[in-house]
Amino acid sequence: MSGNPKPDRGLVKLDSDECKGCGLCVEACPPKVLHLADHLNPYGYHPAAYTGAGCTGCGICFYVCPEPGAITVFRLVEQKAEPKSEELMPAAA
Amino acid sequence: MASYTVAHGKAKCFYDHYERKADLQHQTHYCPGCGHGIVHKLIAGTIDALGIQDRTVLISPVGCSVFAYYYLDVGNIQVAHGRAPAVATAVKRSRPESIVISYQGDGDLAAIGTAEIVHAANRGENFTVIFINNAIYGMTGGQMAPTTLLGQKSTTTPFGRNVWNEGYPLKVCELLASLTGPVYIERVALGDNKQIMRAQRAVRRAIEIQTQGLGFSLVEILSPCPTIWKMNPVEAQHWVKEEMTKTFPLGVFRDRTKEAERRPAPAHAPPLAEIPRILGIANGASRRAAAAAPLNDAEPRDLRIKVAGFGGQGVLLLGQVLAEAGLDAGLEVSWLPSYGPEMRSGTSNCHVRLSARPIDSPLVSRPNVLLALNEPSLRKFLPTVEPGGWVFYNGTALAEDCHREDVQILVRPFTKMADELGETRAGNIVMLGALLESTGVLSEQHVNGALRRLVKSERWLEINRLALAAGREAARKGNGHEK
Amino acid sequence: MAKQLIKGNEAIVKGAILAGCRAFYGYPITPASEIAEAAAFYFPQAGGVFLQAESEVAAINMVYGAAAAGVRVMTGSSGPGISLMQEGISYLAGAELPCVVADIMRGGPGLGNIAPEQGDYHQVVKGGGHGNYRTLVLAPSSVQEMADLTHLAFELAEEYRNPVVVLADGYIGQMMEPVEFPAEAAAPHRLSWAVEGTAETRHNLITSILLEPDLLEAHVRALEAKYRRAEREAVRFESWRTEDAEIVLVGYGIVARVLKAVVEQARARGLAVGLLRPITLYPFPVAEVRRLCRRAAAFLVVEMSTGQLVEDVRLAVEGRRPVEFYSRTGGNVPSAEETLDFVQETADRHSQMAVPEGQLAYG
Ligand SMILES: Cc1ncc(C[n+]2csc(CCOP(=O)(O)OP(=O)(O)O)c2C)c(N)n1
Ligand code: SF4
Ligand code: SF4
Ligand code: SF4
Ligand SMILES: [Mg+2]
Repeated sequence: MSGNPKPDRGLVKLDSDECKGCGLCVEACPPKVLHLADHLNPYGYHPAAYTGAGCTGCGICFYVCPEPGAITVFRLVEQKAEPKSEELMPAAA
Repeated sequence: MASYTVAHGKAKCFYDHYERKADLQHQTHYCPGCGHGIVHKLIAGTIDALGIQDRTVLISPVGCSVFAYYYLDVGNIQVAHGRAPAVATAVKRSRPESIVISYQGDGDLAAIGTAEIVHAANRGENFTVIFINNAIYGMTGGQMAPTTLLGQKSTTTPFGRNVWNEGYPLKVCELLASLTGPVYIERVALGDNKQIMRAQRAVRRAIEIQTQGLGFSLVEILSPCPTIWKMNPVEAQHWVKEEMTKTFPLGVFRDRTKEAERRPAPAHAPPLAEIPRILGIANGASRRAAAAAPLNDAEPRDLRIKVAGFGGQGVLLLGQVLAEAGLDAGLEVSWLPSYGPEMRSGTSNCHVRLSARPIDSPLVSRPNVLLALNEPSLRKFLPTVEPGGWVFYNGTALAEDCHREDVQILVRPFTKMADELGETRAGNIVMLGALLESTGVLSEQHVNGALRRLVKSERWLEINRLALAAGREAARKGNGHEK
Repeated sequence: MAKQLIKGNEAIVKGAILAGCRAFYGYPITPASEIAEAAAFYFPQAGGVFLQAESEVAAINMVYGAAAAGVRVMTGSSGPGISLMQEGISYLAGAELPCVVADIMRGGPGLGNIAPEQGDYHQVVKGGGHGNYRTLVLAPSSVQEMADLTHLAFELAEEYRNPVVVLADGYIGQMMEPVEFPAEAAAPHRLSWAVEGTAETRHNLITSILLEPDLLEAHVRALEAKYRRAEREAVRFESWRTEDAEIVLVGYGIVARVLKAVVEQARARGLAVGLLRPITLYPFPVAEVRRLCRRAAAFLVVEMSTGQLVEDVRLAVEGRRPVEFYSRTGGNVPSAEETLDFVQETADRHSQMAVPEGQLAYG
């Protein structure tokens, strides 16, 4: 994946502690880059996880997710625009 | 290295940690895949977008969302089952600057709280209702809701909802859209991401309408309850989209945003110093001679008066004139009416006491003055009059069996005398004139003062003046005092 | 200050506005309707809110909303409407919201009639709603007290953060007597716990649900402690000519007025009779009843119900003295004459039994 020359337009971060493993995000993600992990989170759910590449930043997973803080969707910053630093997240995260 | 910025993240008006929750303070209490969480996010996103977090007051219902206040960092009020619209009404009217959101389930809003939602909508209250229709009672474990689909099984419709037993699913949007009051009513669903985006717009629209002061807005949201429906979250989402929308079509049922007028701002409160005047109790507004005008010794110190007649004869007013005049004369007074339908149709009576001493009982069971405006009243109360007392009877003669030797009885056709003055209804005041003349109680000045306060029209004041004079005259003339 | 001749129901409304009340939500019912009518007239002029609700259920929940928003608020009704309000009153008590409810009692049960009765004692004084709560209950027996006790009701409601009921009967509501009002109106003021829709109050929460047994128990214990404090500090009564009384009459509302006449007449006959008039029905003047036990040979409770107040008297007397009971219902008010007869009978039966101080008549 690291071989991809062009960075993904989007990035998704899943908080496995907040996730209830309902699978709605997995079902809704158009490029199908989310899945339910094999492992269980501390509450016994299979948390959603990002495959690591291919996110378009469409935000659909965010909208269908019932948990307020389980999903954060990021969008690629066009190099010219200078976003506020606290909103920035390195792609490697 | 590519850098990314947050496009969609946890709304600021959610608490970071849900400290009001006993444990698992970073998760909601909802089941996996429950629509409530999604709707909370729609509301939170709107509050952030409109910048109204400080002004928002969320009313949580009784239902699975009873703990909505765990999550939303706004003013929170949790209320009784179904009554959120009544509570929201008063919160908004008490704090017109606040943004009030009434969050309700389908059992809450469409069953137990039907009256409250209909009337709040009809009054066009300026708050927003977010109505979660999941076709079931979630919190109590899956009983039928008014919105349960025909054929749908629930713990109280174990064989499926049957129209002959439970009737049809209640369509709240259609029902409320038949009212003039509401400004905005839309039904949306959480059946897929497109529907959810549409729901987001509807929620925002509805709350914006409130911020503009336009009036009542309601968004009904078809929402999955996977647990009770016994489906997995994905199936439940599909069921919303495929099945629920057949019974509950989506769409805007009412949009009056263009025509709706801003609800007028409440009038400014008057300065505190004005309140006594407004209540008619400021010094000077009420007008008592402070000094007690002493009764002359011939007068009874304790008048226990019973006024009785039929409704429309001015029984209560006659009593009131006596009490008002007594108060002006510096006496202790009380006036106690018979009330209700009795007063409208049949007999009417009142008890009046005028006394130089504090009055114990305002009830007069043994009067020393009886003012009987008709014969039934005379028959009823004559035996109760104390020996030595006075009786004034509105008639031409006493019936054989109505005599009493130990009281002073004055019989006069008071109503007829009033007729001659051109106003039958003044018979009570003619009788009052006779009472004043015969007993010497209460000065002319105090009675006139009382009449001026109780009788507003000049015409009636003049009639009453003549009536009093006629009554006095009648009492003076002849041997009216039958012993 | 000048006096004004005014109906009891209207005195409640004027007293309320003078006490800083600025919201009224109600539903008409005889014999309490003049309260709503006067409120409709005066509240808007005073910069307050008046709203006729769709039911008493809605009305009491509007009261809940206004109270939660930190406004002094009241409602008024009669028996059937109070029954519908009970759920809301329980919620108000549970959420520790102050409010004033006026109950102008009429005849019951069911539709009964509109004449005065005192049959709501149990549903009001014992708390007709669910759960472990009490309402503080004030019982005016004159029109002056309708105004004064309404004012006091707002103070107590806020001090204890609890609903306070002004419990009167149809006659006290309907009759007119001169009233002297305070010269100045109290200013509405802010309450730190209220939810006003402002930054300062954003973290406030009004709720009555406590899912954890331990938390709910702690809450209920805190409520209980409040009620114990009221029992120590808020009791009010009038003890009238009781110092040498062998027979103590007990009654409230219009009955207490009749009983004053009865005391006069009884004393004219040489009977040592006095009157205990509870002004707070909850908290009940238990200590005063016990104090009176030292001298009295018997208590005679007179009520316009088939026996509700009498239970509290018996609880307070705890068998130390006989407690006799005389009642009229259906809208009949016991007359002074008939009550005096009963007092005479009671005296004949008990006055010989006057017991030396401290000794129990009935062990
Ligand atoms: C007066 C009263 N009756 C009944 C209940 C029990 N009860 C609690 S929640 C509820 C139904 C909730 O269903 P709904 O409003 O559809 O909310 P949901 O849980 O489905 O979101 C009922 C009947 C109650 N709390 N109060
Ligand atoms: S933002 Fe879109 S593409 Fe990325 S994970 Fe979520 S749904 Fe999939
Ligand atoms: S939608 Fe949310 S809760 Fe459900 S699996 Fe995805 S991240 Fe987890
Ligand atoms: S029972 Fe249904 S409505 Fe309640 S939390 Fe679970 S899924 Fe949601
Ligand atoms: Mg439901």
